[in-house]
Amino acid sequence: MEVSQTTMEPKLKTDSAPPEQKIWQHKHILDLDDFTTAEIELVMQTTKAMHEILSRPIKKVPTLRGKTVVTLFYEASTRTRSSFELGAKNLSADISNLTVSSSSVTKGESLIDTLETIEALGADIIVIRHPHSGAPDLASKHVKASIINAGDGWHAHPTQALLDLYTMLQHKNSIKGLKVAIIGDIIHSRVAHSNIWGLTKMGADVTVCAPSTLLPKGIENPQPHFPKVKVTTNIDDAIRGADVVMGLRLQLERQQNGLIPSIREYAALYRITEERLANAAKDVIVMHPGPVNEDIEIASSVVHGSRSVINEQVTNGVAVRMALFYLLTGGNRDE
Amino acid sequence: MNKAMLIKGGRIIDPSQKLDIIGDLLIVDGKIKEIAPAVQNIPEDCGSLDAKGMIVCPGFIDFHCHLRQPGFEEKETISTGSKAAAKGGFTTICCMPNTNPAIDNKATVDFIKATAAADSCIRVLPIGCITRGRNGKELADMGEMVEAGIVAVSDDGSTIANSRIMKQALEYSLIFNIPICDHCEDIDLFEGGQINEGIMATRLGLKGIPNAAEENIVARDIALAKLTGAGVHICHISTEGAVDLVRSAKKDGVKISAEVTPHHLTMTEEAVLGFDTNAKVNPPLRSQKDVEALILGLKDGTIDMIATDHAPHTDNEKLREFATAPFGISGFETALGSLMKLVHNGDIDINLMISKLTEAPAQIIGNNFGKLGTLTQGETADITIFDPNKEWTVNVNEFSSKGKNNPLNGQKLKGKVKATVFGGEIVYKDNSMEPGA
Repeated sequence: MEVSQTTMEPKLKTDSAPPEQKIWQHKHILDLDDFTTAEIELVMQTTKAMHEILSRPIKKVPTLRGKTVVTLFYEASTRTRSSFELGAKNLSADISNLTVSSSSVTKGESLIDTLETIEALGADIIVIRHPHSGAPDLASKHVKASIINAGDGWHAHPTQALLDLYTMLQHKNSIKGLKVAIIGDIIHSRVAHSNIWGLTKMGADVTVCAPSTLLPKGIENPQPHFPKVKVTTNIDDAIRGADVVMGLRLQLERQQNGLIPSIREYAALYRITEERLANAAKDVIVMHPGPVNEDIEIASSVVHGSRSVINEQVTNGVAVRMALFYLLTGGNRDE
Repeated sequence: MNKAMLIKGGRIIDPSQKLDIIGDLLIVDGKIKEIAPAVQNIPEDCGSLDAKGMIVCPGFIDFHCHLRQPGFEEKETISTGSKAAAKGGFTTICCMPNTNPAIDNKATVDFIKATAAADSCIRVLPIGCITRGRNGKELADMGEMVEAGIVAVSDDGSTIANSRIMKQALEYSLIFNIPICDHCEDIDLFEGGQINEGIMATRLGLKGIPNAAEENIVARDIALAKLTGAGVHICHISTEGAVDLVRSAKKDGVKISAEVTPHHLTMTEEAVLGFDTNAKVNPPLRSQKDVEALILGLKDGTIDMIATDHAPHTDNEKLREFATAPFGISGFETALGSLMKLVHNGDIDINLMISKLTEAPAQIIGNNFGKLGTLTQGETADITIFDPNKEWTVNVNEFSSKGKNNPLNGQKLKGKVKATVFGGEIVYKDNSMEPGA
């Protein structure tokens, strides 16, 4: 995408009817599949404004004063949850964190019941992470609050994809035409899925790479339900000429389920290494949603090397989530 | 018994007699008395129904449904299920044994029959289990259950994974000459599957169920049917490959039959977009290519009959995360309207549709329960009257079934049952149905 410096100026200071009200159509953030490019651009601009706030000595603005954000996590998470929490606090929202053990899902405790309780407590925004794909969609149909998907099953992780886009834009002029290689457990990765939607909408040239047992079928062909991407099982083909190389976390259970023979063989065939990156674009950046299994997905030296932007992704996560809170509450501010 | 009733001026279609005429049908004492362009000898005090512009045909027979009683009465009972079936034009329904307790012995069969006699407005024929408790390990007492009145055996919902047990079940069934109905699913390939394996599974992040999960077991069952000489019936066939397997087995003379559901004939995996748990069904809704193969199979005789696999669930069970919601569609009341889409689109002929809902299932049931699926003079008057052109909007809140789980809710269908007659009695009548002039 091409965002000129003038439009990247913080929008927070304009007083008259802000243009984002027309562009922004979302009550909920469930995935990027229903985002327009203009909405994604708006998120990028708003994130930049938030980023600026984060660089101030006092990182707190009153934008969300009086609003209540509840995080409802059915899966363990440290960085995503803290990122939402910090984001909400920076905007002066009241925040409450609920952790539900994923075993209660199987015990038949109803998600709808839990949500109704949270809503009765006055939540304006509910941030959900859930092991089952579609849980945030279900939630969005039954509550008045805005739902933000913080990762659901193998389905989507839109806020991660947005922070990834923002991180790329900090290093590259435009997403359009950018060569992005996503390497790892594509089929089970909500991060990959949302990134594929976001990147292809913004005009990137996406290649996914994994062992064939971890690749979804049919996405290399044009069809109406999922973006068409390049697919390869050869990591060198994927990395050749890439501007961005993104690794994904490999769950160790994939080996137990017979999808890969061993972690050792996986690392030998699919680890992102210095040698392999030699064929990438000169200014390639290396990304990973974290936490990294070092030396399995990415060589330790790369994780901590100069091309790695993994820590920036974490910082940007807070700014993106602030931007989304801001946009979801209608950019309502009394600064 | 009601004395006499005249159904006037409808298009009477009875594939069992190759009959397709405009005329009157006279019922006397619960039996078909006469069919003629204009019945002359009308008894005194004869009731009447005006069927102008409507189709009059044998009552539909559903070889595969779930009535949930005993054990899951919150989902459906024999009473509510039979009412829903009558509303859908069915006069005979065969209920699957995955109840609690399962229908695996004479006592449970007796319970179903007694409850149906008391509560059902139509004929309910129980299907017994193949194995005790549907455990796939020991054969259930087939002979005792046949004596008590089962129409077939099935462990529906569970495939008999052990091929030796399946072989023995087929061999044993030869004593009674009843079909073994198999829900064909390779449990290892299926494991944890939610929807069709394909692009929708990728998009929604749900575990896919490959076509081969069905085809593996269809292929095995064909081999076992060939080996034993026994008959096997393939439940709710859903894939192109399975249709090909059955077609070629029939050519080889294997005793095999197959059924297909209205939803597999008319919907694809796209119906689950937005995580609609009401479109979560097993086998899953497949691709357009599979749907086309099913229609072709229905037309060329590979697929013998249409069965609903009516599978009611409570709202709460379906109002869950997709992966934790149960499989199944409450299908009695939309079966005809869905199938008529195929007729209106020119995919199948109306006579073929009626044949697959009447004569064909009657054939597999046999004559143990009377002569079914026909309007032959002297036989029991089980009759469905429907308006092929009536447009209506599906509203699950108006369902007679307790199960409101139907993905067609809110959609327009063209074709509606107007009256259902069972043994000469009107068991369902649409408000708009007028007495004959």
